[in-house]
Amino acid sequence: MAEHESGDLQLVGLSKRFGEFTAVHPLDLTIPEGSFFALLGPSGCGKTTTLRMVAGLEEPTDGRILIGDTDITHARAYQRNVNTVFQSYALFPHMSVLDNVAFGLRRKKDKDAKRKAQEALDLVQLGHTAAKRPNQLSGGMQQRVALARALVNRPDVLLLDEPLGALDLKLRRQMQIELKRIQQEVGLTFIHVTHDQEEAMTMADRIAVMNGGHLEQLADPTTLYEKPTSTFVANFLGQSNLLRARVTGSAGEGLARADVQGNEVVIDAAKVPDGLTDVWVGVRPEKLTLGESGGRNRLHGTVVDASFTGVATQYLVRTAAGADVVVVQQNDGSARAAVNENVTLSWEPGREFVLDAAQDDHAGMDEVA
Amino acid sequence: MRWLRRHLLVIVAILVLVYMLIPNAVVAVFSFNNPVGRYNYTWQEFSVDAWTNPCGAQGICDSLGLSLRIGLVASLTATALGTMIAFALGRYRFRGRSGTNLLIFMPMATPEVVMGSSLLTLFLMIGLPSGQLAVTIAHIMFCISFVVVAVKARVATLDPRLEEAAADLGSTPVQTFLRVTFPLAFPGILAGALLAFSLSFDDYIITNFNASPSSITFPMYVWGAAQRGAPVQVNVIGTMMFLIALVVVVAGQLLTARRDRARS
Repeated sequence: MAEHESGDLQLVGLSKRFGEFTAVHPLDLTIPEGSFFALLGPSGCGKTTTLRMVAGLEEPTDGRILIGDTDITHARAYQRNVNTVFQSYALFPHMSVLDNVAFGLRRKKDKDAKRKAQEALDLVQLGHTAAKRPNQLSGGMQQRVALARALVNRPDVLLLDEPLGALDLKLRRQMQIELKRIQQEVGLTFIHVTHDQEEAMTMADRIAVMNGGHLEQLADPTTLYEKPTSTFVANFLGQSNLLRARVTGSAGEGLARADVQGNEVVIDAAKVPDGLTDVWVGVRPEKLTLGESGGRNRLHGTVVDASFTGVATQYLVRTAAGADVVVVQQNDGSARAAVNENVTLSWEPGREFVLDAAQDDHAGMDEVA
Repeated sequence: MRWLRRHLLVIVAILVLVYMLIPNAVVAVFSFNNPVGRYNYTWQEFSVDAWTNPCGAQGICDSLGLSLRIGLVASLTATALGTMIAFALGRYRFRGRSGTNLLIFMPMATPEVVMGSSLLTLFLMIGLPSGQLAVTIAHIMFCISFVVVAVKARVATLDPRLEEAAADLGSTPVQTFLRVTFPLAFPGILAGALLAFSLSFDDYIITNFNASPSSITFPMYVWGAAQRGAPVQVNVIGTMMFLIALVVVVAGQLLTARRDRARS
């Protein structure tokens, strides 16, 4: 179905200032054609402003926007082959659902507007609502109409501004799968703005994590989770235990020796940023094992809190040095620890990530959605 | 006693409605009177003479036509200007916005007698003769405020995202206005226009200051005629206006109801 070649979307040194406030610092980003791309970050990180600049609803202060070889930086919103699904849906209340969907095609004088609009409605499984008014539909249905209204124009880039924000959890999960299916079916470039890390991880091929108007990290979901390059990304995407450590020397076999609060551990030497000795060693809660069977590295502590969630138990363990560590133990039938019990935690070298200790270990924590 | 308590609300509501509508009923009833002498104040006998010949009283239809013409021009002009002011006030932040907001209210707050006499002074000073043009200009002036108030209330409820969505879907600014903004603001604009028309049609005080003997509006005609004994035709035209307004409102209600039924 992706018949037209449009090319990658490129943002070159794109920035936006509102008076004294810089919403987006110069941003360089290439979004490959046909990809499902997510802009992820807490509110106020500049992701929506970036999206609005691509849509042409906000004039960039500096920089350029290109689709393929075409510079669209100064094209007006109605001149761009870019369509948006708005957070509030922004459906026209005085038109039928079908007229809403056909709106973009009619502006292009498409003779087949009505048939194509009906097809787009069928694609989102709302063909039967064509004659209704938007306010007669539920929130989830309106969301799909907004999607159909944007999709039907076959834009070079489809922008989604927190499109699932107003839906309840169950409907949101359903729509995530639906959106992903539709994107694969039509093969258009989707840019999805969200503050929900789980949503971004589930749907996107690539994620750009933004914070305070800067790009923090650009990677696929697995890399972002396994190898975050900043404490912000480590804390914003899932949970992280950041342990203050000192690299003390080589342990051979590509490993490095490190001192974590008096415990000697070995870590993947390749993950240590060049020339640093003061670092954070980050270990995700599910990579830690209660007991000694997890691997060579050991920590010791006391269980402060245990919460059973069914599939797993989440423990909060306080180490001898006073650091709180979160451990998730799968409910695989193994023995569960009790509060106040002294426990050993273990993990296999190489399952950690290592960050510069100069970074704030609480960055991105308050913003977790 | 219990029956009374249960139905008290309905009874009071009916009484209030009757109180409000009695003047209209009296006007309508006396349009079928055949008065003896010049005054149409006591019931004599039933007659349809006035209805079959509504222009029978000398000058009445000329004044009616003039009032309709002035009303139309004044309400259309005031609606166009007032709508633009309402959009400016409702949509944009600019220096002098709150001042404009305040000044827009001034004509509504000023006593009509004061406004009428000062307008006459102004027109005399700039050399504009009294008459139809002066009256029309005066009507446009005081109608604008009412249009602004009506339209601004509507503009406040419009989601600016809808216009962004229209632009995003490839609509030029002109198309966006015609297909999205105007249709959505239309109920407010229509309300403002109807209000302006009825205010203009109804105005006596300001009109009287600025009219000339060759520009007698309907309210001036009625006032003048009442001094000497109003012809029955005044009641006929009054009843007609009431009926036309009634038909428009009922038709509007029916149309809305039918559209809502068709949709669900």
